[in-house]
Amino acid sequence: MDVDAPTTPEVEVEHDDPDAPAGVAASAGDDHDDHGDHEHLSDNKYIVIAVILAVITAAEVAASYIDLGPAFIPLLLFMMAIKFFVVVSYFMHLKFDNNVFKRLFYTGLFLAVFVYVVALLTFRFFES
Amino acid sequence: MSDTKDDVVKETIQDAIEIVKDHANDDHDHDVHAGDNGDHGDHGDHGGHHTSLGLSNTKLAMWLFLGSECLLFGGLISTYMLYRNRHSEDVGPDQLWDIPFTSASSFVLLMSSLTMVLAVSAANRKDDRNTKLWLVVTAVLGGLFVSGQVYEFTTFYREGLGYTESLFASSFYTLTGFHGVHVSVGIIMLMATMGMIAKNKISGDKAETVEMVGLYWHFVDVVWIIIFTLVYLIPA
Repeated sequence: MDVDAPTTPEVEVEHDDPDAPAGVAASAGDDHDDHGDHEHLSDNKYIVIAVILAVITAAEVAASYIDLGPAFIPLLLFMMAIKFFVVVSYFMHLKFDNNVFKRLFYTGLFLAVFVYVVALLTFRFFES
Repeated sequence: MSDTKDDVVKETIQDAIEIVKDHANDDHDHDVHAGDNGDHGDHGDHGGHHTSLGLSNTKLAMWLFLGSECLLFGGLISTYMLYRNRHSEDVGPDQLWDIPFTSASSFVLLMSSLTMVLAVSAANRKDDRNTKLWLVVTAVLGGLFVSGQVYEFTTFYREGLGYTESLFASSFYTLTGFHGVHVSVGIIMLMATMGMIAKNKISGDKAETVEMVGLYWHFVDVVWIIIFTLVYLIPA
């Protein structure tokens, strides 16, 4: 065992875990150390976040019935972006997760936005 | 002197034997952990397949998959945006869209994200009962959303919007249909995970398995957030 310890850091985690009380949120956090700095919010916080998302959705729908002039589309896109990043950051835990996961996902997202904005520009979409 | 040398040799051999035994035990522990579902703290419980980065391979693969899914849906959304004005005058978004109904569907899917995150939270607490409960609630909400989409498609079809009716129709059905298929696959994943937890059939880390299903489900929700705004709320 002594020989393994320096080369496999996970062995230390394995030793620690049996001492951790089962069912405690802190242990869940420790368990995911290897995933990065993994912080788990409480259930109440998740409910608050869901309420905020529902309110933003209601505001989006309300905005579609009100004449907001040229501010309408930027406002809708702004609210859409807030909802997107709130779900990705908190519900998907990306805010608290390892940077590698963030890079993987946001690279795909950036690539998609970049490629398709260029494609739409090519088709003169934004001029119509 | 020779006794001392013998002692050293014996100790060395003894150490070597212990090392070999420890390795054997580690392998055994790994196999046992992979099957017992209980503790999810060690690396063996994550399937034991970790990259040199020290991250879970499963999670890495899921995020890579979701990153690639951005490109898939990006293509479908762009195609719809490009063709959304290519429809006949009497069968277009202005005549077809039922914003209150679609808003209710969106709300249902949004709430399913909450129930999903509560399932993940319960799984992290090793609370199997609540994990199963929230997984079922999430699947039911997902089922409601898909039912709403089937109702919507049926209504549109009856009003004359066939799949090949126009470029608008084709791109709309393809985009929302692909999303609906993703939700349906998510429901199957939720029910399968629930069944596997009930029968204690998950090999490896139960919490991570629920979290992976959760990541997929939240992604499907995130895609709908974009579709709802770009397709339904922003006028053509």
